[in-house]
Order: sequence, then structure tokens, then C-alpha cells
Amino acid sequence: MDFYGFIPRSRLFLGTAQYPSPAVLQRAVEAAGVDVVTVSLRREAGRLGGGQDFWALIRGLGVRVLPNTAGCHSVKEAVTTAQMAREVFGTPWIKLEVIGEADTLQPDVFGLTEAARILCAEGFEVFPYMTEDLVVAERLVEAGCRVLMPWGAPIGTGKGLNNPYGLRALRAHFPDIPLVVDAGIGLPSHAAAAMELGYDAVLLNTAVAKAGDPAAMAAAFARAVEAGRLAFEAGPMEPRDMAAPSTPVLGRALLG
Amino acid sequence: MRVAVIGAGVAGLVTALELAERGVAVELFERAAALGQQACSWAAGGMLAPWCERESADEAVVTLGRQALGWWPRRYPGTRVHGTLVLAPVRDAGELTRFSARTSGFERLDADGVAVLEPDLAGRFRQGLFFEQEAHLDPRLAMAALAEALRAAGVPIHYGVEADETALDADRIVDCRGLAARDQIGELRGVRGEMLVLRTDEISLSRPVRLLHPRIPLYVVPRSNGHFMIGATMIESDDRSRVSARSAIELLSAAYALHPAFGEAEIVELRADVRPAFPDNLPRIVEDGRILRFNGLFRHGFLLSPALAGQAADRLLASRELPDADYRQRRHA
Repeated sequence: MDFYGFIPRSRLFLGTAQYPSPAVLQRAVEAAGVDVVTVSLRREAGRLGGGQDFWALIRGLGVRVLPNTAGCHSVKEAVTTAQMAREVFGTPWIKLEVIGEADTLQPDVFGLTEAARILCAEGFEVFPYMTEDLVVAERLVEAGCRVLMPWGAPIGTGKGLNNPYGLRALRAHFPDIPLVVDAGIGLPSHAAAAMELGYDAVLLNTAVAKAGDPAAMAAAFARAVEAGRLAFEAGPMEPRDMAAPSTPVLGRALLG
Repeated sequence: MRVAVIGAGVAGLVTALELAERGVAVELFERAAALGQQACSWAAGGMLAPWCERESADEAVVTLGRQALGWWPRRYPGTRVHGTLVLAPVRDAGELTRFSARTSGFERLDADGVAVLEPDLAGRFRQGLFFEQEAHLDPRLAMAALAEALRAAGVPIHYGVEADETALDADRIVDCRGLAARDQIGELRGVRGEMLVLRTDEISLSRPVRLLHPRIPLYVVPRSNGHFMIGATMIESDDRSRVSARSAIELLSAAYALHPAFGEAEIVELRADVRPAFPDNLPRIVEDGRILRFNGLFRHGFLLSPALAGQAADRLLASRELPDADYRQRRHA
């Protein structure tokens, strides 16, 4: 599975906001062996493109940069931010966020599909931040998206996978599209659960940035993602109701 | 030894005074025509809150910052040691748990405890944290007090002078120019901050109050005559343009959430400036020939200047063979 032709070594993608310092961010990226990070342009840009220093630090991490349109509430804002991101980072990649609701930061799926259509037509490689809705997913694929990023739970809540059924259905519907659980992950066990569902990667920010020791937490997430993926590939057992002893029980009636 | 200090922000003022107190002949050079006009210290909150800052800062901020609590009250009597109150809205109680897990030196308060400390906030918050040993000051008055102390000590402050470090007639130079020194100091970056000042007589507070919020953390620092400093945004940008409408809305709505009286307050000032910071957000003193570059105070100008200025003075004096008698006397006094 590749992300627009790129095969990352790590299936953990990290956000770059809210760390105590850029130095701590760098240690987290190194500790997790991450090679894709996402960075917000909208707020840092200011009105005069004043975010250059921070962007230089991000470029200095030596990893693939997935710029995002976090904080955009309209198609126009998102498209403009994506165009600016392409100039700043010299990449066609864009994590597309069009926020529809201020309290939950839920994606506006209508604006999202429209923005995705515009950006794909302009040659962008779009990573849309979406709900787990199958119909929205279809529309995004029609628009040209070759990666889908459903939420686990609202951004920054750390609640894990709110709708494992919906995420499983999405996986089953799109066996050939790389799927990334983006947002809502609070614990390494949430990340492992997403990977056990057969997701291709996990993208998170707050759970690492706001941890007491972000580098250690990043390493914990990296291992959880690896464990979840390995488990998925290994073929998990099916749960069943009747206990089945793992060693034979001798001297008892088999049917009682 | 004659020392020239460049930059009369908080770093330069504290360094010049520290040196003067140790008997060194100092001169201070400032590019602006008057105190504070081009210093980001002018926009500071003036909280001496090392334990609270530990929430997002390195342990060094606590160990170095504690020195400020002894330094400032002796130089600026307006320093108030009334502690810091940390609160969270009921729905964000988890933020208080997180804050308390990262910090130390506090006492837990219930609703009554909050009301005893700040009667005007009675009934508004069910729990809080009280950092009793912390202090606050008005940065502008404190800077003026240091400038006055320097004048009294016979230290000239040259305003309106863009000092040329290669031509200055001094044995040693301490460069305290903040972001203006960026060309000489690699890795230095700007972190934009926006603040506002409100005035109202409908509420009074005795100490800085921090209101935790997952999106818009806020602090309110009481100043004299019903003034309150409300701060501050943290944006990875060196854009110095005026406060954005969005930031103003966020700061004002957070202040309003702390107490509705702020909704009726006058907006006295809106100000944006840029903090100098290194990648670890900790200050450094870098040797560069005869120049010491003291920079990167980030959001801890008033908190960390005393400790760092002390280190800068130690280094300058250690480079002299013997301290003069005056200095020895003072030191052992």
C-alpha cells in the first residue's frame, strides 16, 4: 500500500502542533522513527507569511511534510491554503480539512468533497479528513482522492475509535484505497485497535504533544501501530462464546 | 573593565543593573527613542510563575525562575507576591487534572477556597489550584524602576542609538537585542504573541488568574486602577502586524468566560509583538569573541532575566583576573 507513490517506513504520522518546543517535537519524531509529519499553515502564516522560521524547522526534520488546511471553514479558504502550502513546502500533498461545526470540529463533508474536486483537478494529492461515512468516501474517491482519512473521534478529544463498526465497513468497502485513522486517538491501544481493523496508518497529534514526555509517548505509539499492523497481517482469531482449553483436558467427559 | 549592553528590554536592563551592582562600569544602548517603544518586554504579562510554567516548560524554568522571586522585590517594590490562581470551566475539569499532574507547589481549592482568595469569582468555579509562592509585576513600571535605578547608579542609557557592536568603545559587550540579533544568532526564531488591556471597576482581582481551556488558554493579570492585562496568543510566526480580529475575539471571549464583567470593560490597548526563542524555548548566553549574546527568553523575560543576567555577569567577571575590592566587599556584605 502506498500513499500517492510513497511508502513510509512507519505507519504512524505525527502532527506538529502544541509541543512544548520545536526541540521536543524533533525528539518525538526521532523517537518514533516517523517519516510523515503534518503541519498547519493557516494560523502560522499570519498576514505576511511570518511562519518561515517554524516551517524551516519542520523541513529540517528531514521527513515527508503533509501540509494541512486545519482551521479552514470554507472551500475557498481551504483551496487558497492548499495552494500556499504547495509553494511553501514544494509538495503536491495536502491534508484537506474543511471544518463544518465549531464545537466538534466535525468536517463539512459537502465543502470537503467540493474542495477535493478542485484540488485534485489542480494536480494536488489530497488526503481528506472525513467522517466514516461511506457515501462521502465514494464521492471523495470520485473526486480523485487516492487516500481517505476518517476520524476516530473529534479532534483533540482522545476518545479513541467512536465507531469501530463504521470504520470496519469503510475498510471492507475500499480494500484498495489507503485508509488512515486521523484524529481522536488518545492512547496507543486506540492506535493498535485501528491498525487491527486493517487500517494502513494512524495520524495523531495531541496525544503525543500534550503527553508528559512526548518523545516516550511517540515511541509508545510507534510500537502500538507496529503491533496492530503485525496482528492484522498475522490473521487474528475469531472470538467465540464457548471456552476452548488451549491444552487438552484429560480424564473428563467430552460432552457433558 | 567597561561593558556595553545593547538593548534596553528586560534582558538588557536587568543585565546592566546586575553588572552595575557588582561594580562594573556599564553603559546601555537602546535603538528606540524612549523606554519600551521597541521592546517586546513592553507587551509582557509580568508573571513570575515558575511552577505554573512547568506545565509546558523544562524543569530549568523552575530552577532558574525561582531566582526571580528574590531578585525583583528588591529592585521593584511594586512586585506583588500574591500567588497564582489556576481555574478551569466545569466542562474542562480534565485540563485542571492535567495541569496539576505536570506541576508542583500548589494547593487544591474547592469553590469556597476560590471565593476566599478572589471574592469576585465566588460561585463561578468549583475547583482550582493555588500556587502561593508566585508573584506578578507590571512590566512597564518595573522597567521604568530599573531605568531609574540605573540612573541612580550612574549608568548612562543612550536612547535612539543603533549601536554598532564592531565599533563600540568597550572591553566587553552584552548583546540583549532579542529578535533584532537574529542575523548574528542562528536558530533564533520569532513566536508571535497578542495581548490586550481592559479597564473595569466592576471586578477586582488580587493575583494573576489562569483559565485553562483546550483551545484558548488565557491569563488575566491585574494591574493598577482597574486595568487588566489579558494574554496571550502563541503563534509560530514573526509577523508583527496588529492583533488579528480572531485573536481578539478569542481572548475577549475567554475573559468573558472568566467573569461577565469583562464584557462591559473598556478596551484600553491591543498589542502584538514577537518573542525571541531558541528551538528548546530556553534562553542562552553565547560567547562570540568579546561579545556575550544573551537571548531567547521566549515567554519568560521577567521570570528568567535575573538568573541569566547573573550568569552573564559571572562570566564577564570570571574573565577578569581579580574582582575589584568594591565588588568583593559587596559580594560578602
